[in-house]
Amino acid sequence: MSKSYDKQVDVISNINVTIEPGEFFVLVGPSGCGKSTMLRMIAGLETITSGTLKIGDQVANHLSPNKRDLSMVFQNYALYPHLTVQQNITFGLDVKKVKKAAQRERAAEVAKMLGLTDYLKRKPRELSGGQRQRVALARAIVSESPICLMDEPLSNLDAKLRAHMRTEIRRIQRKLGITMIYVTHDQVEAMTMGDRIMILHEGKIQQVGKPIDIYNNPANPFVATFIGSPPMNLAYSDVDKKASAIVIGDILRLPVPPEEVISIPEYQLIAGIRPEHLRPALKDTPEKDKLYVVVTNVEVLGNETVFSFKLGTNEWMAKWSGQWHIDIGDSIPILIDYGAFCLFEARTGDLIKKPTDLGNSVFGKEVLV
Amino acid sequence: MTLLEKPGIWKRTANGRTALLYLLPSILLFSVFVFYPMFRTIYLSFFLTDQNGDAAIWVGFENYSYLLESTAFINSMKATGLFVLYTVPIGIILALFFALLANEKLRGIGFFRTVYSSTMGISVAASSVIWLFMFNPSMGMFNRLLSLLNLPQIQWLLDPQWALLSVSISTIWMNIGFSFLILLGGLQNIDEHLYESSRIDGAGYFYRLRRITLPMLSPTLFFIITISLINAFQSFGQIDILTQGGPSASTNLIVYSIYREAFINYQFGTASAQAVTLFIIILIVTILQFKLGERRVHYQ
Amino acid sequence: MTTSLPKKIWIYFLLIVTSFLVFFPVMYAFLISFMTGPELLQGKFLPQSFSLDNYIKVFDRLPLLNYLLNSFIVSVSVMLGQLAVCSLAAYAFVFIQFKGRDFIFFLFISTMMIPWEATMIPNKFTIQKLDWLNTYQGLTLPFFALAFGTFLLRQHFKTIPKELHEASQIAGLSKFAFFRRVILPVSKTSLVTLGAYGFLTTWNMYLWPLLITTNKSVRTVQIGLKQLQSLETGTEWGVVMAGVIVVIIPTLLLLFLGQKQLQKGLTQGALK
Repeated sequence: MSKSYDKQVDVISNINVTIEPGEFFVLVGPSGCGKSTMLRMIAGLETITSGTLKIGDQVANHLSPNKRDLSMVFQNYALYPHLTVQQNITFGLDVKKVKKAAQRERAAEVAKMLGLTDYLKRKPRELSGGQRQRVALARAIVSESPICLMDEPLSNLDAKLRAHMRTEIRRIQRKLGITMIYVTHDQVEAMTMGDRIMILHEGKIQQVGKPIDIYNNPANPFVATFIGSPPMNLAYSDVDKKASAIVIGDILRLPVPPEEVISIPEYQLIAGIRPEHLRPALKDTPEKDKLYVVVTNVEVLGNETVFSFKLGTNEWMAKWSGQWHIDIGDSIPILIDYGAFCLFEARTGDLIKKPTDLGNSVFGKEVLV
Repeated sequence: MTLLEKPGIWKRTANGRTALLYLLPSILLFSVFVFYPMFRTIYLSFFLTDQNGDAAIWVGFENYSYLLESTAFINSMKATGLFVLYTVPIGIILALFFALLANEKLRGIGFFRTVYSSTMGISVAASSVIWLFMFNPSMGMFNRLLSLLNLPQIQWLLDPQWALLSVSISTIWMNIGFSFLILLGGLQNIDEHLYESSRIDGAGYFYRLRRITLPMLSPTLFFIITISLINAFQSFGQIDILTQGGPSASTNLIVYSIYREAFINYQFGTASAQAVTLFIIILIVTILQFKLGERRVHYQ
Repeated sequence: MTTSLPKKIWIYFLLIVTSFLVFFPVMYAFLISFMTGPELLQGKFLPQSFSLDNYIKVFDRLPLLNYLLNSFIVSVSVMLGQLAVCSLAAYAFVFIQFKGRDFIFFLFISTMMIPWEATMIPNKFTIQKLDWLNTYQGLTLPFFALAFGTFLLRQHFKTIPKELHEASQIAGLSKFAFFRRVILPVSKTSLVTLGAYGFLTTWNMYLWPLLITTNKSVRTVQIGLKQLQSLETGTEWGVVMAGVIVVIIPTLLLLFLGQKQLQKGLTQGALK
């Protein structure tokens, strides 16, 4: 199954992507980026101005929504208020003239999977938000369509329930092997649920890929700040080829290995570093590698500590694990490693240097940091 | 881009055709019973007609100039104007007063709401018959009350000086139920928090009434004023039962005048001219209301 | 909100006095309906006994049962007709995108500015030419299309989330099936409001039945009241009032049952 996408209008343009069968594909972006529009075009609820949409091998541009063999879960669930949970679940089957007995059987099965068995006789308004969400999910699953579209299905739930439903949706999707196309504005949802994610901004694709690849190697400054919390710290930078160094935010001067400096172009750059890569300077750190920063804000979150400081005109944040006794106004030595930086070309936003691999691995019984 | 043929005109107008199907009953009925007769009325108003209401002789604006010179018609217009003036303001003020009372959260308030709105459920014919008896010179309760108080008797519906007033009183009563219901609905739509915050600021009842209730109610008031004006111009049943336009044509309101001209005197031409006048008056009232309303009404 | 006791007493006092005054004519008619001629002449306020003589007499004097049945048939037909015609139109205005929608909508609005009385002359002749005088269709059909009703329902349909429409599109529901299986059941409350309004106004209609009915075959109770009132002389007012009470009971009951609903629905339709 494949979908190719091209559209030349204001809202969405130049989308070209293939979604693999059985994949959990997440469309993520800030509100108004066109992600819902795209989902609705796949569903057939909005017309495609130009380009082709293929479902499987079939061109689907002018197919009516019900002929596309897909199901959809809406943000407000779109449950029929006058029907019971049971009737809501079987509504689509009833329209397709499935036999009553088969309808009941399938509904019972799905209800059991989602823990709705006790609520089948109730009306939607007698259910809690989480239960309604499950009914919407059940309605999508019961149709046995190979593709399921979800439009911000969790945004009306509270944080705890949302975390729970994330794993549940993921579990069901794996179990049934459905192709899931999932729209959200929440980057945490995208990171935790997606096999692959697509980041959209102002109707254009910013990046498509595995969540961790996108986190580590963001294609441009927008992706860098959109994915990850707190966002990646950015600052305008210039390279000084003679001194083999880079000047970040007019203040911080870092040496660059001579073999690398050659590959850096000489126009203006944007340097970016993840907050967790701004590490505390240790006792035996040579004084010349330390950078003293004045703390402007501190948040101690129990298992980690986030503090901000000014680097030139930019406000940066650092995230250290564990609890740190830091007060506003303290001057703290931190360690900044050139290797952890991304570099983007300022004008185009293209990534020109990836950070070196900073992930930790486990080999056998030994932990390698 | 191989299989992408542009959908044909038949397919592109599919929505329009479906919509037309759904709208067809309304459009058909409106055409036959609203638009066609409106144009027909305008057309007839330029003719003298025969018994079957068909146009016979073209007379141009003569029907209108005849009306403008006819004292009967001018009287009828005057009576209609007075009638509107008597019924609309008092009716709305009373309904508003009742609605404010009935909007208090008290035990058993539902009962009072039902009583206030009850006149909406009573037809014009039934109310008129009840009031006809109450105005009865010998047995009616008004005159009995007067005699109890040793006041002179009044020929409510038979005295040209009193007849219009009497009809107006009964009309106010008939219309109060509907106005009350609409105004109460408007009051209940006002956000409770506004009152709570004003109480915290220490505002008194009348201050709240003036500064919160009335401004927030203004769209509803605006609506009910328009409807009441239009209703007043259209009054017919109470005239037909209470006075038949008399005495000495003092209650010959415009719709009754049209009815008599057309279906008793068979003068469809001049009746049509009167109908057009009624239409224009109502048009002006509605347009005026909207023009004034746009500026003064506070919408949420 | 709490209200102080003196204020409460004051409000109750006003409520009781004014509601008594408002309801007085109905109570008065009710009491009179049990009185005999002599009692009336004496100017009594309470009848001596609550005998049903006057009620029996009024059914004798007039084909009142026949009229009641006519009124009921006419009111129910108009009610159902309005519900069908208005809901179809409102559905098209809300759920179908088509060219000229605003223009047709404007046409609908404009009908509210044309008073029914201004068009009654040609309408009467239309019915006459169709040979529909003294028929139910002549009494009812002109009122099936109602701009106000279309607005009322349109307002309500607009509050239905568009996702319901989309969900049923994905399920493969046709437009009409969506209308019948989703929109109508979901809008039950507004349909009830419009239905009650339609029934009430039709039951109380006066001028049109006066023009269209010339004999008792389809004549409605309102015209019956006029007949009753003009037939009776002097002392038979008790019988007339009995007729009045019989005629107003159905609508009063309807109003008592549906007052809350009607008030909510009408305000909504009026203001949004």
